[in-house]
Amino acid sequence: MSHKLNLSCCTSALVELRSFLQLSLKDYGFSEMDRHQITLAVEEVCANLIIHSHACNPKEIIYLEVKDLEKKLAIEITDKGDAFNLLEYEVPDLNQVIEEKRKGGIGIFLVKKIMDEIEFESINGENTCRLIKKFPTTNMP
Amino acid sequence: MLQLEKIKEENRDILRLIGEVDASNSVLLDQSMQEILQQGATFLLIDGSQLGYISSAGLGVFMSYLDDFSDRGIRFAIFGLNEQVSEVFKILGLDRLIQIFPDKSTATTLAHEP
Repeated sequence: MSHKLNLSCCTSALVELRSFLQLSLKDYGFSEMDRHQITLAVEEVCANLIIHSHACNPKEIIYLEVKDLEKKLAIEITDKGDAFNLLEYEVPDLNQVIEEKRKGGIGIFLVKKIMDEIEFESINGENTCRLIKKFPTTNMP
Repeated sequence: MLQLEKIKEENRDILRLIGEVDASNSVLLDQSMQEILQQGATFLLIDGSQLGYISSAGLGVFMSYLDDFSDRGIRFAIFGLNEQVSEVFKILGLDRLIQIFPDKSTATTLAHEP
Protein backbone atom coordinates (compact mmCIF):
# COMPACT_ATOMS: atom_id res chain seq x y z
CA MET A 1 0.00 0.00 0.00
CA SER A 2 1.24 3.48 -0.74
CA HIS A 3 -0.09 7.05 -0.82
CA LYS A 4 1.32 9.79 -3.00
CA LEU A 5 1.09 13.55 -3.01
CA ASN A 6 2.65 16.18 -5.23
CA LEU A 7 3.15 19.27 -3.15
CA SER A 8 3.53 22.73 -4.59
CA CYS A 9 6.42 24.70 -3.06
CA CYS A 10 4.45 27.32 -1.17
CA THR A 11 3.78 27.44 2.55
CA SER A 12 0.03 27.66 1.97
CA ALA A 13 0.24 24.06 0.69
CA LEU A 14 1.24 22.83 4.15
CA VAL A 15 -2.38 22.58 5.23
CA GLU A 16 -2.99 20.24 2.28
CA LEU A 17 0.04 18.21 3.35
CA ARG A 18 -1.41 17.80 6.85
CA SER A 19 -4.80 16.63 5.55
CA PHE A 20 -3.07 14.15 3.24
CA LEU A 21 -0.97 12.75 6.09
CA GLN A 22 -3.82 12.59 8.59
CA LEU A 23 -5.72 10.51 6.06
CA SER A 24 -2.92 8.25 4.86
CA LEU A 25 -1.46 7.61 8.31
CA LYS A 26 -4.77 6.17 9.50
CA ASP A 27 -4.04 2.90 7.71
CA TYR A 28 -1.13 1.81 9.86
CA GLY A 29 -2.36 1.47 13.44
CA PHE A 30 -0.58 4.50 14.85
CA SER A 31 -2.08 6.31 17.82
CA GLU A 32 -3.46 9.82 17.41
CA MET A 33 -0.36 11.10 19.24
CA ASP A 34 1.96 9.27 16.82
CA ARG A 35 0.03 10.53 13.80
CA HIS A 36 0.26 14.08 15.08
CA GLN A 37 4.02 13.79 15.58
CA ILE A 38 4.75 12.09 12.26
CA THR A 39 2.69 14.77 10.51
CA LEU A 40 4.75 17.43 12.28
CA ALA A 41 8.06 15.78 11.36
CA VAL A 42 7.13 15.49 7.68
CA GLU A 43 5.86 19.06 7.62
CA GLU A 44 9.10 20.34 9.16
CA VAL A 45 11.14 18.70 6.39
CA CYS A 46 8.80 19.96 3.67
CA ALA A 47 8.60 23.50 5.10
CA ASN A 48 12.39 23.58 5.16
CA LEU A 49 12.60 22.52 1.53
CA ILE A 50 9.85 24.91 0.42
CA ILE A 51 11.44 27.91 2.12
CA HIS A 52 15.16 27.23 1.84
CA SER A 53 15.66 25.01 -1.21
CA HIS A 54 12.83 26.31 -3.39
CA ALA A 55 12.44 29.92 -2.20
CA CYS A 56 8.64 29.40 -2.04
CA ASN A 57 8.30 29.01 -5.79
CA PRO A 58 4.86 27.42 -6.25
CA LYS A 59 5.83 26.09 -9.68
CA GLU A 60 8.32 23.72 -8.12
CA ILE A 61 7.10 20.43 -6.71
CA ILE A 62 7.99 18.15 -3.83
CA TYR A 63 7.00 14.50 -4.31
CA LEU A 64 5.76 12.61 -1.30
CA GLU A 65 5.18 8.93 -0.89
CA VAL A 66 3.96 7.18 2.23
CA LYS A 67 4.68 3.49 2.13
CA ASP A 68 4.68 0.36 4.15
CA LEU A 69 8.06 -1.39 4.66
CA GLU A 70 6.90 -4.48 6.54
CA LYS A 71 7.47 -3.51 10.16
CA LYS A 72 7.85 0.17 9.57
CA LEU A 73 6.44 3.12 7.75
CA ALA A 74 8.51 5.16 5.34
CA ILE A 75 7.71 8.64 4.12
CA GLU A 76 9.81 9.54 1.10
CA ILE A 77 10.23 13.21 0.31
CA THR A 78 11.81 13.80 -3.07
CA ASP A 79 12.72 17.06 -4.71
CA LYS A 80 15.04 18.51 -7.30
CA GLY A 81 17.11 21.39 -6.16
CA ASP A 82 19.82 22.34 -3.73
CA ALA A 83 20.27 19.27 -1.59
CA PHE A 84 19.52 19.75 2.06
CA ASN A 85 20.92 16.82 3.99
CA LEU A 86 19.36 17.02 7.39
CA LEU A 87 21.63 14.27 8.66
CA GLU A 88 24.49 16.74 8.40
CA TYR A 89 22.51 19.51 10.03
CA GLU A 90 23.79 20.28 13.48
CA VAL A 91 20.94 20.69 15.90
CA PRO A 92 21.21 24.03 17.67
CA ASP A 93 21.25 24.41 21.40
CA LEU A 94 17.85 25.63 22.60
CA ASN A 95 19.32 28.35 24.80
CA GLN A 96 21.38 29.60 21.90
CA VAL A 97 18.26 29.87 19.73
CA ILE A 98 16.57 31.91 22.46
CA GLU A 99 19.58 34.13 22.97
CA GLU A 100 19.92 34.89 19.29
CA LYS A 101 16.14 35.43 18.99
CA ARG A 102 16.14 33.12 16.01
CA LYS A 103 12.74 32.10 14.80
CA GLY A 104 13.91 29.00 12.98
CA GLY A 105 16.34 26.16 13.37
CA ILE A 106 14.42 23.93 15.73
CA GLY A 107 12.33 22.07 13.16
CA ILE A 108 15.00 19.52 12.31
CA PHE A 109 15.52 18.91 16.01
CA LEU A 110 11.87 17.84 16.20
CA VAL A 111 12.27 15.57 13.16
CA LYS A 112 15.26 13.83 14.74
CA LYS A 113 13.41 13.36 18.03
CA ILE A 114 10.22 12.03 16.46
CA MET A 115 11.40 9.68 13.72
CA ASP A 116 13.19 6.36 14.34
CA GLU A 117 15.45 6.60 11.30
CA ILE A 118 16.31 9.23 8.75
CA GLU A 119 17.97 8.46 5.43
CA PHE A 120 19.12 10.86 2.79
CA GLU A 121 20.42 10.40 -0.71
CA SER A 122 21.11 12.70 -3.60
CA ILE A 123 21.47 11.16 -7.06
CA ASN A 124 21.76 13.18 -10.27
CA GLY A 125 20.21 16.25 -8.72
CA GLU A 126 17.30 14.34 -7.22
CA ASN A 127 17.25 14.38 -3.44
CA THR A 128 15.33 11.89 -1.35
CA CYS A 129 14.82 12.17 2.36
CA ARG A 130 13.32 9.05 3.90
CA LEU A 131 11.70 9.34 7.31
CA ILE A 132 11.06 6.04 9.02
CA LYS A 133 8.82 5.18 11.96
CA LYS A 134 8.40 1.70 13.36
CA PHE A 135 4.85 0.44 13.57
CA PRO A 136 3.45 0.32 17.09
CA THR A 137 4.26 -3.13 18.52
CA THR A 138 0.83 -3.58 20.12
CA ASN A 139 -0.81 -3.61 16.72
CA MET A 140 1.52 -6.19 15.21
CA PRO A 141 0.09 -9.66 14.65
CA MET B 1 -6.17 28.37 9.15
CA LEU B 2 -5.31 30.54 12.11
CA GLN B 3 -7.51 33.01 13.86
CA LEU B 4 -6.14 35.27 16.58
CA GLU B 5 -8.19 37.00 19.24
CA LYS B 6 -6.85 39.60 21.64
CA ILE B 7 -8.66 39.90 24.94
CA LYS B 8 -7.95 42.40 27.72
CA GLU B 9 -8.85 41.21 31.17
CA GLU B 10 -7.91 43.09 34.35
CA ASN B 11 -4.09 43.23 34.36
CA ARG B 12 -3.75 40.57 31.71
CA ASP B 13 -3.62 40.36 27.95
CA ILE B 14 -4.86 37.11 26.53
CA LEU B 15 -4.02 36.02 23.01
CA ARG B 16 -6.30 33.22 21.86
CA LEU B 17 -5.05 31.00 19.05
CA ILE B 18 -7.77 29.27 17.09
CA GLY B 19 -6.74 26.71 14.48
CA GLU B 20 -3.27 25.78 13.35
CA VAL B 21 0.06 27.63 13.39
CA ASP B 22 2.53 26.73 10.65
CA ALA B 23 5.17 28.39 8.46
CA SER B 24 2.46 30.07 6.37
CA ASN B 25 0.94 32.05 9.23
CA SER B 26 3.43 32.20 12.12
CA VAL B 27 4.15 35.78 11.11
CA LEU B 28 0.60 36.67 12.22
CA LEU B 29 1.29 35.26 15.65
CA ASP B 30 4.50 37.28 15.77
CA GLN B 31 2.67 40.48 14.78
CA SER B 32 -0.03 40.00 17.41
CA MET B 33 2.52 39.39 20.14
CA GLN B 34 4.46 42.43 19.07
CA GLU B 35 1.35 44.62 19.11
CA ILE B 36 0.39 43.45 22.58
CA LEU B 37 3.89 44.09 23.91
CA GLN B 38 4.10 47.50 22.28
CA GLN B 39 0.99 48.47 24.20
CA GLY B 40 2.94 47.86 27.38
CA ALA B 41 1.64 44.46 28.44
CA THR B 42 3.11 43.12 31.68
CA PHE B 43 1.22 39.84 31.84
CA LEU B 44 0.58 37.89 28.65
CA LEU B 45 -1.33 34.65 28.51
CA ILE B 46 -1.66 32.50 25.42
CA ASP B 47 -4.98 30.67 25.28
CA GLY B 48 -4.11 27.46 23.46
CA SER B 49 -7.35 25.64 24.18
CA GLN B 50 -8.43 25.91 20.54
CA LEU B 51 -5.01 25.34 19.05
CA GLY B 52 -5.02 22.10 17.08
CA TYR B 53 -1.48 22.17 15.77
CA ILE B 54 1.74 24.14 15.99
CA SER B 55 4.95 23.59 14.04
CA SER B 56 8.43 24.86 14.83
CA ALA B 57 7.62 28.10 13.00
CA GLY B 58 5.13 28.98 15.72
CA LEU B 59 7.23 27.63 18.58
CA GLY B 60 10.12 29.73 17.30
CA VAL B 61 7.99 32.86 17.67
CA PHE B 62 7.44 32.16 21.38
CA MET B 63 11.10 31.37 21.85
CA SER B 64 12.22 34.59 20.21
CA TYR B 65 10.42 36.61 22.94
CA LEU B 66 11.62 34.71 26.01
CA ASP B 67 14.71 36.86 26.53
CA ASP B 68 12.66 40.04 26.21
CA PHE B 69 10.16 38.74 28.72
CA SER B 70 12.83 38.06 31.26
CA ASP B 71 14.64 41.38 30.60
CA ARG B 72 11.43 43.33 31.03
CA GLY B 73 9.92 41.22 33.80
CA ILE B 74 6.88 40.29 31.73
CA ARG B 75 4.82 37.40 33.04
CA PHE B 76 4.17 34.95 30.23
CA ALA B 77 2.35 31.64 30.22
CA ILE B 78 0.44 29.32 27.95
CA PHE B 79 -2.67 27.42 28.99
CA GLY B 80 -5.21 24.94 27.67
CA LEU B 81 -2.99 23.00 25.24
CA ASN B 82 -4.37 19.68 24.09
CA GLU B 83 -2.41 16.50 24.70
CA GLN B 84 -0.78 16.37 21.26
CA VAL B 85 0.29 20.00 21.13
CA SER B 86 1.50 19.88 24.72
CA GLU B 87 3.70 16.89 23.84
CA VAL B 88 5.42 18.91 21.09
CA PHE B 89 6.49 21.50 23.67
CA LYS B 90 7.83 18.65 25.81
CA ILE B 91 9.78 17.02 22.97
CA LEU B 92 11.65 20.29 22.49
CA GLY B 93 12.10 20.85 26.21
CA LEU B 94 10.12 24.08 25.93
CA ASP B 95 7.99 23.07 28.91
CA ARG B 96 11.03 23.85 31.05
CA LEU B 97 11.45 27.31 29.55
CA ILE B 98 7.84 28.40 29.24
CA GLN B 99 5.23 28.22 31.99
CA ILE B 100 2.45 25.93 30.80
CA PHE B 101 -0.79 25.46 32.72
CA PRO B 102 -3.86 23.29 32.19
CA ASP B 103 -6.37 26.14 32.31
CA LYS B 104 -6.84 29.86 32.59
CA SER B 105 -7.52 30.04 36.31
CA THR B 106 -4.34 28.14 37.20
CA ALA B 107 -2.35 30.24 34.74
CA THR B 108 -3.77 33.47 36.19
CA THR B 109 -2.98 32.44 39.76
CA LEU B 110 0.32 30.68 39.32
CA ALA B 111 2.15 32.38 36.45
CA HIS B 112 5.10 34.20 37.96
CA GLU B 113 7.62 36.70 36.73
CA PRO B 114 10.49 35.24 34.72
